[in-house]
Amino acid sequence: MAKKKRITMGSRMFDFFNYFLLALIALITVLPFIHVVGSSFATSAEVANTKFLLFPTKFTLDAYEYIFSTDTIFKGLGVSVIVTLGGTLWSMFFSTLTAYGLARKDLVGRRVINFLIVFTLLFNGGMIPTFLVVQQTGLLNSLWALIIPVTINAFNMIILRSFFVNIPESLEESAKIDGANDFSILFRIVLPISLPAIATISLFYAVTYWNTYMHAILYLSDAGKWPIQVLLRQIVVLASGLTYDGAAYTDVPPPETTIKMATIVVATVPILLVYPFLQKYFAKGALLGSVKG
Amino acid sequence: MSMETTISPKQEKRNYKKMRKSELWKRIKKNKLIYLMILPGLLYFFIYKYLPMYGLIISFQEYKPYLGISGSEWVGLEHFKRLFASPDFWMIFKNTLILFGLQIFVYFPIPIILSLMLNEVRHSFFKKGVQTLVYIPHFMSWVVIVSISYVMLTLDGGIVNAIIESLGFEKINFLLNEDWFRPMYILQVIWREAGWGTIIFLAAITAVDPQLYEAARMDGAGRFRQMWHITLPAIRNVIIVLLILKIGDVLELGFEHVYLLLNSSNRNVAEIFDTYVYVAGLQQGQFSYSTAVGFFKGAVGLIMVVFANWLAKKFNEEGIY
Repeated sequence: MAKKKRITMGSRMFDFFNYFLLALIALITVLPFIHVVGSSFATSAEVANTKFLLFPTKFTLDAYEYIFSTDTIFKGLGVSVIVTLGGTLWSMFFSTLTAYGLARKDLVGRRVINFLIVFTLLFNGGMIPTFLVVQQTGLLNSLWALIIPVTINAFNMIILRSFFVNIPESLEESAKIDGANDFSILFRIVLPISLPAIATISLFYAVTYWNTYMHAILYLSDAGKWPIQVLLRQIVVLASGLTYDGAAYTDVPPPETTIKMATIVVATVPILLVYPFLQKYFAKGALLGSVKG
Repeated sequence: MSMETTISPKQEKRNYKKMRKSELWKRIKKNKLIYLMILPGLLYFFIYKYLPMYGLIISFQEYKPYLGISGSEWVGLEHFKRLFASPDFWMIFKNTLILFGLQIFVYFPIPIILSLMLNEVRHSFFKKGVQTLVYIPHFMSWVVIVSISYVMLTLDGGIVNAIIESLGFEKINFLLNEDWFRPMYILQVIWREAGWGTIIFLAAITAVDPQLYEAARMDGAGRFRQMWHITLPAIRNVIIVLLILKIGDVLELGFEHVYLLLNSSNRNVAEIFDTYVYVAGLQQGQFSYSTAVGFFKGAVGLIMVVFANWLAKKFNEEGIY
């Protein structure tokens, strides 16, 4: 009894520090973002005079009114929404088909194909040869360039596949006896019971598409087609002349801090809104994310 | 009975082969819809993953877009020689290696420690709350991460410098200072990925038999010792697999991230292979040379992952393939 109590004391100390540290880590993780959101709703004067602004005393939408006063940000958001929705559907469709097919144990050639797909994770042609293929497939300067070259993420496909592999074969067999073909088995039986995995992988794709930046600067030269991330970059960093090939922008006065903050919020919040909705699936689905596949 | 005696072993083998062949056909035909299903996916991998690998041969050519791969002149190892002779090469190599070291030695242990800490939390609402918050940065793009850092660190009005100044110190130009690039880089990596990185370890920890902890407690083991002797060994495999993958990513330090941080004043420490390829290839149009640089980088990465995997197997661990 005495011994048990002593362990509890040490245990309590441990818990105290552990909880304290974790709370601190969580706080530090989100503080910068709260600062940005808070500043975006503050007046310029308050931002300039407050040391560490989290919640503005005078709430204003000035910065948002400013950034939405022209078409630019609207257009960028529109592009990002289209690419995110369209791209996620597109990627999920092909990833699911491929993953389900490769989950079939009786498929001749399955091992070779799996190897060839995993190999693309370890080695690839690199930026320039990929650029040339994108160019030759006629995608340059089209929004498809943000989608088609990343149709299937091998990692995501492997996670889906390992989920499908674990579905009991008896389910599929009984459907087959009833005369269902492989497509209707996949869409009517397998998909409905795979919702956690589907939701998780959809979230992964959606985040990637929403955050796409590199492919936009590589493949899209028409500024009218730029997604919100590229515009954010222009507004926050390029406008201050602080880049590699910076000089071009230095004659334009840098936008006010609140405007930068508001643009950051606009470029982030839409994708964060998706997160809580998918979270209930996600906790279950993410466990599948075993790297081994 | 008589049948059996008339068929020679040779014939039997032939029949068996025939049977297997037709059986194989049958199995393929049975799954024809499945092949149809995976066809678009395979086409994708062929066109956008394997054709670029074929495209690597332009690193042995003087590639001219209007001549194409078939018409361009062959130059052998010219571009590789130029790369190794370039004074930039060692700078890039060193920068890449240092960022890699930071990833392995500074970043990599953090999600493990964090998941051990989370695993000790008894109140699930607290655990879920912390998890939800630390996952958030993973959903932000590098542009957003770098932009937030930018508005906080900038000399004119960034809060970090405002705080430094109010404490009576000199302002620091984090964004242009060479010395601050590496800390900034790895802090941003930690901020964005450490929370998310716990998922896989936490998943592995759930597989630990709770009775082990019970037994350890009976033996008087404290919480640290339970962590050390039960939790850590239980996730050792996952740690090793992830370490191999990380090593395989040796040269994938995030083109986007580094490119966003790069400016003319920190180039000496911030230029890595990917950014170099981008500038030389797409901004200056040296397709063949930059492909050679990318090829070298990719080959080193592949060798590293094979080596790491071999090493893991040698120490009797499961590799990744």
